[in-house]
Amino acid sequence: MKLVERMPRLQSCQAAHGLSDEQKEFQKMAFDFAAHEMSPHMAEWDEKEIFPVETMRKAAQLGFGGIYVQPEVGGSGLSRLDTSVIFEALSTGCVSTTAYISIHNMCNWMIDTFGNTEQREKFCPELCTMDKFASYCLTEPGSGSDAASLLTTAKLEGHHYILNGSKAFISGGGDTDVYIVMCRTGGKGPKGISCVVVEKDTPGLSFGKKEKKVGWNSQPTRAVILEDCHVPVTNRLGQEGQGFNIAMRGLNGGRINIASCSLGAAHACVQLARDHLLVRKQFGEALSNNQFLQFKLAEMATKLVASRLLLREAAVALQESRSDAVSLCSMAKLFVTDECFNICNQALQMHGGYGYLKDYAVQQFVRDIRVHQILEGTNEVMRMIIARSLLSESG
Amino acid sequence: MSPASVFVCLSLTLLSDYPVIRVKPDHSGVVTDGVKHSMNPFCEIAVEEAVKLKEKKFIKEVVAVSCGPTQVTETIRTALAMGCDRGIHVEVSGKDYEAMGPLQIAKIFAALAKKEEASLVILGKQAIDDDCNQTGQMTAALLDWPQGTFASEVTIDGEKVKVVREIDGGLETIKISMPAVLTADLRLNTPRYATLPNIMKAKKKKIANMKPADLGVDMVSRVEVLRVDEPPTRLAGVKVETVDDLVAKLKANGTI
Repeated sequence: MKLVERMPRLQSCQAAHGLSDEQKEFQKMAFDFAAHEMSPHMAEWDEKEIFPVETMRKAAQLGFGGIYVQPEVGGSGLSRLDTSVIFEALSTGCVSTTAYISIHNMCNWMIDTFGNTEQREKFCPELCTMDKFASYCLTEPGSGSDAASLLTTAKLEGHHYILNGSKAFISGGGDTDVYIVMCRTGGKGPKGISCVVVEKDTPGLSFGKKEKKVGWNSQPTRAVILEDCHVPVTNRLGQEGQGFNIAMRGLNGGRINIASCSLGAAHACVQLARDHLLVRKQFGEALSNNQFLQFKLAEMATKLVASRLLLREAAVALQESRSDAVSLCSMAKLFVTDECFNICNQALQMHGGYGYLKDYAVQQFVRDIRVHQILEGTNEVMRMIIARSLLSESG
Repeated sequence: MSPASVFVCLSLTLLSDYPVIRVKPDHSGVVTDGVKHSMNPFCEIAVEEAVKLKEKKFIKEVVAVSCGPTQVTETIRTALAMGCDRGIHVEVSGKDYEAMGPLQIAKIFAALAKKEEASLVILGKQAIDDDCNQTGQMTAALLDWPQGTFASEVTIDGEKVKVVREIDGGLETIKISMPAVLTADLRLNTPRYATLPNIMKAKKKKIANMKPADLGVDMVSRVEVLRVDEPPTRLAGVKVETVDDLVAKLKANGTI
């Protein structure tokens, strides 16, 4: 699929506009990687539910395993904007795999940022090379949007926490090596939550069945079950009671990343739709002569560019720890995932019946990014965060 | 004595998968404004080979060189990100750039190779926009150096280079002394992706700037492009029923 090489033609939608020369190099390299290493396999990975370990390790060799992790523990030390540009480009090759790589990066960053020297040196280098893979465990059967009400307990006994509880919908669950688990060490609410790193093969750690999903099929999703699971106290990240804060700080970046994946998918779909309109004929002429479709395509492209601008601004705000960063990240996640889903969905519609066939990539983009409106904080929760900021005393 | 420096000479070309190249209305050339340019694929292979030779410790330094307008510095940066040590940008723009052909480029590369005492000059076998396949050969001739063109395998053996060449009859293996000029063919290697750390390190690597005049090179072209046309549209064929009909038709239109 020569999709990516043809992208430069969309002058107004150019993903490279406004970037520095160095960022353009990262982007070019990521586009090349997506086109050659991911795109040809995207459909197969989806159909056969393959977790493409070898391809992800190739990506890690290029520095994609810890993009915003510090170089001294093996990361690439890049900015949030650089990261967004890279995930946007990689997503044109496979959204599902890129989304998992972004989750892995988020976990890696959490250890890098909140871990002590021993923890950083123990976990980060192998996560950066993807010798080991990571999973983020916050959601439970009884607590999704109301994350702070989580019930998994961690009782301190000597030098260990005994964990009991279960986590739901864990990306990579069962196939990954390092689990970042938010658990309750104290009282109710967010202040009673801590963050511990649970390693694969720890007794008491088991997994539910592999979930069957509409999309994101190149990454396994399972429940993570903890039954009297003994985790050394030395595996706790940060202080007791700091866990919720760590989880939320991780998610700010995670939201930029997920939105970037939606953006890449939308860009790919605008290209696919445009090409289809030029080729498909009905009523004696190409679909591109139809004003309704012209207008629809124009709207899609406009929303794409608007999404990209908001997202990149949020990435910069987060990088600079601006006071509006959390709000902007929520706005970006909300706007970009919604608009980009609509773009991909419209692109599918423009393909007519062919859009519904798995022979055509557009349906996989639609299926894969649908969940971006739900996870890493539902778009409803994004509104809660934004409203709270607007209506607060300092807002 | 292991060779000191290897020059990799890069060409910036029109993007290979670009589906529509248009002839300018005045038929003086093709439209290049707004068309995406990138490093010539054979030059990427040349860079990869040079960097591999350095990793195997056969050579000490790889210098990436390109001639053209400011745009070519992007190509040089990509080469630096792949592992070249430094770059040289020979600035040629405007009318000089439009008239620039293999001979002018070869003169520049030859002058540089002499000035910097290069031991090996590696180029892509041809640029995919003009398909001249001349620059490498001309550079070797101007320097009076041996050449190993269409290389699909390169091995350094002391002061000599063993080159396996792809030729019409198959594969030819030659041994040439250094300093020498090599041109890379498709199967020489698979170019690496630049890694994120290398892209960042490339920013700090130096790209020197110079003009053809600094090298005493005369850029005047001895070739004048009279006209550029699109290939003629393919005419419809004619179906015939029998072999006799076919022969008769071919005789009638003078083919046989």
